Amino acid sequence: MDKSILKNPFFKANPITVLVLGVCSALAVTVQLKGACVMALSVTVVTGFSSMLVSSIRNTIPNRVRIIIQLVIVALFVILIDQFLKAYAYDVSKQLSVYIGLIITNCIIMGRIEAFALGNKPFPSLVDGLANGMGYGMVLVVIAFIRELFGSGTLFGLQIIPQSWYIANGGFYENNGLIILPPMALIIVGCIIWAQRAVQKELQEEQ
Amino acid sequence: MKLNTNSNIYTIIYTTILVVLVAGVLAFVSTALKPKQQENIALEKMQSLLRAARLGDDASAQNNKSEYIKALYSEHMTNDFVLDYEGNVIEGEAFEIDLQSQYNIIKKIVAAKTPETAQALREQLQLPVFVCTIDEKVLNIVPCYGAGLWGPVWGYIAIEDDFETIYGAVFDHKGETPGLGAEIAHAPFYNQFVGKKLSKEGEFKSISIVKGGGQADNPNGVDAISGGTITSQSLEQAIAMWLNEYQAYFNIKRAAIGSDDCCGEECCGEEHNHDQNGKEPCAGEGCVCKKDSLNHESHEQYTK
Repeated sequence: MDKSILKNPFFKANPITVLVLGVCSALAVTVQLKGACVMALSVTVVTGFSSMLVSSIRNTIPNRVRIIIQLVIVALFVILIDQFLKAYAYDVSKQLSVYIGLIITNCIIMGRIEAFALGNKPFPSLVDGLANGMGYGMVLVVIAFIRELFGSGTLFGLQIIPQSWYIANGGFYENNGLIILPPMALIIVGCIIWAQRAVQKELQEEQ
Repeated sequence: MKLNTNSNIYTIIYTTILVVLVAGVLAFVSTALKPKQQENIALEKMQSLLRAARLGDDASAQNNKSEYIKALYSEHMTNDFVLDYEGNVIEGEAFEIDLQSQYNIIKKIVAAKTPETAQALREQLQLPVFVCTIDEKVLNIVPCYGAGLWGPVWGYIAIEDDFETIYGAVFDHKGETPGLGAEIAHAPFYNQFVGKKLSKEGEFKSISIVKGGGQADNPNGVDAISGGTITSQSLEQAIAMWLNEYQAYFNIKRAAIGSDDCCGEECCGEEHNHDQNGKEPCAGEGCVCKKDSLNHESHEQYTK
């Protein structure tokens, strides 16, 4: 199996920073690290397993209804995850609310199924799905780290910035409320893309 | 023989089988996880009720959150009961009452064209009340439920034993806009309700949620949420609708506060079953107040 299937989604073909897929949810669920991690894990599981399932039945799918068939399979995994979160991680499920259901519409998943799983064997499809999910999740975690640390002064809900620094306690520091809002997440995504393109020159378009 | 995967028959059979299979898996999982999910929902309700009484804010910091909430709940929530529209206690499990179905009745009452239809609907009402005891303080917690902008909004309001002052309130929603309408579920909004009054010049007046409503000299209003006007208005309406239905009960209780009789009735020489809000123990001769029940109907003969 080609190693690039596993490697590419992290840097060279990262779903968010290079393919610019799934940006909507990247803005919505990155206020806190916990939510971002659960979202990253959920998307990884959904892309991985739906890619594998679609790939294993790819020769039997009637071509005319293939998008709908893929959608049913993706929806199956998303609803399963939603049900499990409601049962075992109710707080997170409430916090992520509609975004779990909206994984169905995440372009990364349908994109990988259409572009990869339909033409490859189940195992490479599973790896491709998982790797893309993780590439997406990695960016999510980076954004959430910045947003939670500077927006709320916490990481995973634990206070990182000392309480005595805050202006309210006689210090000099104040949380940046702007970072909590989605527009700032978009600016952070932009900065990450900028940094990545500065390092990986081959991503830059010809002048 | 190679199957023609593009024929109509094949497509129909294929999709049918797939959908039935997927539906089967989902139905199985949903049934298997239901008890666990119900438990989470019940736990959340307990936490909301405790929050209305300004308890359990530290629950998230506990190692075993669910045990902590359950323990706190059984410690403080000393009683709950169901009322009819006249304020009498009727049979029923307050915790199990579906607020949405009661809201549907209240909505019809408000829209009823004649007093007769309104009355007929009122008789179907089942209004839950939760009693919370913190040290010597006794709070009555009543729910409210209404339609927000995108989905239902609901909440619990804890009322002090003068049946006028709000001790605390908590609200929640299904899908209001984050940052706008969804702010009703956050402390800066619901803490505004603390200390507000449910009456004006002796008459019942609900809390108004309007711009500039939260001024200190206004005992009946709180500030609305900027950008969440529809949610604020719906919540205001929901609170008013529900508290209005509870007025019968509140009036009975208020009348009882002033008199030296424990339950607003003449001293009857019998043992009274006294509710938990007993401001003063019954002073009348021959009357004995029991502090453990709210059921007025079961007057027991007092024997010396």
